[in-house]
Amino acid sequence: MNRLFYILPLAAFLVIGGYLAVGLTLDPQKLPSMLEGEPVPAFDLQGLKGRDEQGFANTDLMGEVSLVNVFGSWCVACRVEHPFLMKIKENGWVPVHGIDWREPNRDAGPDWLRRHGDPYTLVGDDPKSKAAIAFGVTGAPETFVVDKQGTIRYKHVGPIDQKVWTETLKPLIDHLREQGG
Amino acid sequence: MRWLFFALMLFAALPAHAVQPDEILDDPKLEARAREIGKELRCLVCQNQSIDDSDADLARDLRVLVRERLVEGDSNQEVIDYVVSRYGDFVLLNPPFKLKTYALWFGPGILILFGIGTVFLFFRRRSTNDAPVGQKTLSAAEKERLARLLDEDDR
Repeated sequence: MNRLFYILPLAAFLVIGGYLAVGLTLDPQKLPSMLEGEPVPAFDLQGLKGRDEQGFANTDLMGEVSLVNVFGSWCVACRVEHPFLMKIKENGWVPVHGIDWREPNRDAGPDWLRRHGDPYTLVGDDPKSKAAIAFGVTGAPETFVVDKQGTIRYKHVGPIDQKVWTETLKPLIDHLREQGG
Repeated sequence: MRWLFFALMLFAALPAHAVQPDEILDDPKLEARAREIGKELRCLVCQNQSIDDSDADLARDLRVLVRERLVEGDSNQEVIDYVVSRYGDFVLLNPPFKLKTYALWFGPGILILFGIGTVFLFFRRRSTNDAPVGQKTLSAAEKERLARLLDEDDR
């Protein structure tokens, strides 16, 4: 009994220290998405200048599994991710739609796509974060996997690369297609 | 005279808000409510600032959204609920009181009670440890021996 009395503070220290040590390895920017399993929020964006005459709205996401990628010409990590999105398009793996977030003007987004290549099917212009806030976006790039019924199945924070594609996105997309989901 | 002026200027210093003049609503009542809500909501970019204090672009857009919703006639709670439905409880600078946050709210109290209990036990045990365990009074034989020893001492 007496021995336990002396061990207890050490045990408490180890437990609390253990939790704090794990806490240090977590990324505070990675928040759980509120929207996984929820229908895509209603949005209706103006199309990108000279590119999407009809605009881009949540109703466009019905009927097939697709990705919705939030990007911006100001976003460095989007530039890193960009070649992989081009690869997805070249191989026809899955349609990728874009939300062009917080451009300083109407030309910045189209210019960026002209310079680096255009991996997107539909792109909406979102200068005032209307769609971004509806999607609960905290930074760019973020990518949502949307199923045939227009339900958000997964949110990926940060650039997509080969590893993310092979380990997470591709298996999920294959699964959703098999389900007819 | 100049030093007095500067001293008074120090008192006149107001807390800095990131709210920009073009965001401010014409109706002072609605603006006051927007400020109230803005103080409650966390900026998702600079996570330890409220959207009222943060200069981040996303915080600005959230402030504008709060004001738009107020103008459309939403109550404070409806505005906050909408933002929580997008970003989760994490955007609230005051964590809500519910099952998932009980540890957060009760944890410190439980730790303090545990500490007080430990200190109490420690002192009680130490004061009782001085006496032989399980025996409070001397037996008849011991009393006799004690008396004999004391007598010897007197001689």
